[in-house]
Amino acid sequence: MSLRLDDIDRRLVLATQDGLPLVPRPYHELATQLGIAPAEVMERLLRMLARGVIRRIGAVPNHYAIGYTANGMSVWDVPDEAIDELGVRVGALDFVTHCYHRPRRLPQWPYNLFAMVHGSSRDEVLDKVVAIARLLGPLCRAHDVLFSTEILKKTGLRIGG
Amino acid sequence: MREPAPIDAVDRALIDRLQGGFPICERPYAEVAGWLGIDEAELLERLGRLLATRVLTRFGPMFQVERMGGAFVLAAMAVADADWQRVRAVVDALPEVAHNYRRESDRNSAFNMWFVLATESEAGIAAAIRRIEEGSGLPVFAFPKLREYFVEMKLAVRT
Repeated sequence: MSLRLDDIDRRLVLATQDGLPLVPRPYHELATQLGIAPAEVMERLLRMLARGVIRRIGAVPNHYAIGYTANGMSVWDVPDEAIDELGVRVGALDFVTHCYHRPRRLPQWPYNLFAMVHGSSRDEVLDKVVAIARLLGPLCRAHDVLFSTEILKKTGLRIGG
Repeated sequence: MREPAPIDAVDRALIDRLQGGFPICERPYAEVAGWLGIDEAELLERLGRLLATRVLTRFGPMFQVERMGGAFVLAAMAVADADWQRVRAVVDALPEVAHNYRRESDRNSAFNMWFVLATESEAGIAAAIRRIEEGSGLPVFAFPKLREYFVEMKLAVRT
């Protein structure tokens, strides 16, 4: 689903992609910047939330700073006909923050289910990967877990002005 | 990596409560401050400090680029150590690369450089991949999501 944004929505995205103003009336502040009424800023944000253009409004913690110093990208080869049911169950685990069906890249890459696992140590992440393996049971044909060993670049998502 | 900045019990409660659901109303910070039992000025001061010390990387709306007509795709490459810095420079130089991680497994996984491309159109993804392939001389493997089962930050603060 793709929903075109109008020019004012787009300006609202540009004005907030670095974050909300830290002032008592942030939506009023945005309204002043954009030259529209505060009520319109709030209505547009609510509409974008309802449509899923905005996933949520809130804080993004630095995982490392809140105690999750290890994160592993676990990848699994499961049968295509079972992946939707398995993906929902793996995604429901409280230590999995992202869970997706992605294409295999044969012959190098047989894995089609990706689940990000967070923990305080590499061993804890590996224990959780074992828990996922147990949940998948014999439907899992192969798996691996990749640890991030270096952040090369992290700027987040940006749209142009 | 650097040692994380110290945070107290109120910071922890704030981070746990504010991973989503920030209100849309005239005085949203005052409302959230009420949930936490502090006043609005203190909440603003704490948020400013947590952002400045990078305990929080962001505070505001999280946009879903696909719903804006854009595209967001995970991609990977197999890069030899001897070639690492050269290829990294090619990848990191592209503004379409939102993040780039070195990821490795004990089983010596096929790909070791993993990055996310974010562009304002589907066509932008193919163009970015072409530029990386031309610049590096190596193939790029795209892993577009076929289905999303779960995406949410739900990690409780542990420190």
